[in-house]
Amino acid sequence: MEKNGKLAKIYLIAVFVVLYAPIAYLIFYSFNSGGKMSHFESFTWEHYAAVFEDKRLIGIVLNTVIVALLSALISTAIGVMGAISIHYMRNKAMRNVMLSMNSILMVSPDVIIGASFLILFTLVGIKLGFASVLLSHIAFSIPIVVIMVLPKLQEMSPTLIDAALDLGATRKEIMSRVILPFIQPGIFAGFFLALTYSLDDFAVTFFVTGNGFSTLSVEIYSMARTGVTLTINALSGLIFVITAGLILGYYVLKNRPRTPASGVKR
Amino acid sequence: MVRRMKTNRTNFRLPLVPYSLWIILFVIAPIGLIVYYSFFDLGGNFTLSNYSNFFTSVYLQLTVSSFWYAFLITFFSLLIAYPTAYFLTKLKHKQLWLLLIIIPSWINLLLKTYAFIGLMGLYGPINAALEAFGIGKHQILFTDFSFVFVSVYIFIPFMILPIFNALDKLNPALIDASRDLGANAWTTFTRVIWPLTLNGVKSGIQVVFIPALSLFMITRLIAGNRVITLGTAIEQQFLVTQNWGMGSTIAVFLILFMVVILLLTTANERGMAGSGKKR
Repeated sequence: MEKNGKLAKIYLIAVFVVLYAPIAYLIFYSFNSGGKMSHFESFTWEHYAAVFEDKRLIGIVLNTVIVALLSALISTAIGVMGAISIHYMRNKAMRNVMLSMNSILMVSPDVIIGASFLILFTLVGIKLGFASVLLSHIAFSIPIVVIMVLPKLQEMSPTLIDAALDLGATRKEIMSRVILPFIQPGIFAGFFLALTYSLDDFAVTFFVTGNGFSTLSVEIYSMARTGVTLTINALSGLIFVITAGLILGYYVLKNRPRTPASGVKR
Repeated sequence: MVRRMKTNRTNFRLPLVPYSLWIILFVIAPIGLIVYYSFFDLGGNFTLSNYSNFFTSVYLQLTVSSFWYAFLITFFSLLIAYPTAYFLTKLKHKQLWLLLIIIPSWINLLLKTYAFIGLMGLYGPINAALEAFGIGKHQILFTDFSFVFVSVYIFIPFMILPIFNALDKLNPALIDASRDLGANAWTTFTRVIWPLTLNGVKSGIQVVFIPALSLFMITRLIAGNRVITLGTAIEQQFLVTQNWGMGSTIAVFLILFMVVILLLTTANERGMAGSGKKR
């Protein structure tokens, strides 16, 4: 068992090294005073200064973040509603249909989502730009939220609701005091995953974005052939530090105040 | 009491509205449009020629190679993700470690791809290391290896997550029971752990295999256009050639493949329970 534990640790370390290698590589060269991602010359902050001077780049980053946050929020709201209504659907056949419908977008290749949304937006007359990108991101994030919330609903014993009813709770109270708190971990997981998908998306955005609007992925793709400047490296360094900081901060905050109940669970 | 039962049942109808709207507008309508456009040529005339085009050797070959690469990518993702997820669940702060697995996927996909171009380049650190070991420089970029490797890298967090959740839900008492009943580690794995986490594996395969069929950015940047997938073909038809009809036709076939894969991998709870009992 001890030996197993050691092997497991080595394996995990290897996985983490590979996972973080490209990021470390990007950040390392962001301090390179030579203009390229090879031959480290000397340490400099100049590329970081360049990030803050580049108004266009900052605008694109803001676009990306705003789209990600808004789409994650809205898709979480709709997804949670969807998961709850699917879970409490009495008609089994209908339920299965809904579940299959839900999986469609989740497993749809990005190009298909992008291409079909492009047709849709063109036909309906939505101008390609912020609105079309946001709508697309909401649309492809909803099923992810549903998938993350449904297992929590299944875990929840129906007796909890019966108990709440017996104690005189109204529907609204059952929702806000029983169901939502119980499925909260699933909601958070769904939100974060939606955020991840949005920040990470390239293909769908590439299809539905117009001339005036660009997210980071699309911008870097168009730069990739002509050569990316180290400003982008510096930017990715900043993004990494901020996201990692936020996540770890969230984790620490969540785990510090130990209520008696959570203490018992452990 | 009866009235209460009724409220319980008729509960939660309202939340269905936005969700159903979403299904109609963003699931059914786009697919309908794709199917509709697949019957029109460049001039906007009704035609079946897109479909007869698809059954020429060019597109069939493309389909086969797409599937082969997607299979390789999924296979290696699973091979690496399963043990990772398993070991993660054994750690003390497993949720924190899981977060650390997810963080890299927050770094823009294009940035990571770009990093790999540097890492795997002729003057990159990997080649420098190879040279130091006396193996010598190799062209790593623009090969099948680099394509599959980078794709696996991109997809692996999405494979780890559902498997981790499945493993995490697994009641450890079952494993103890299996050990107590004399099963060795391998038997415990194949008869207890694997069947009970199969649903996680299946959803992992779903979220990796189908996107892998449609990769187009990585094919351009890492495989240097050596690998053409169905996704690349669709992107070309839509955004380069502007032939929405042919692009839609390829998309229709991609959707059909997707449905088949979904049917094969969608978790069937009843079936699982049945097969569990048989054992």
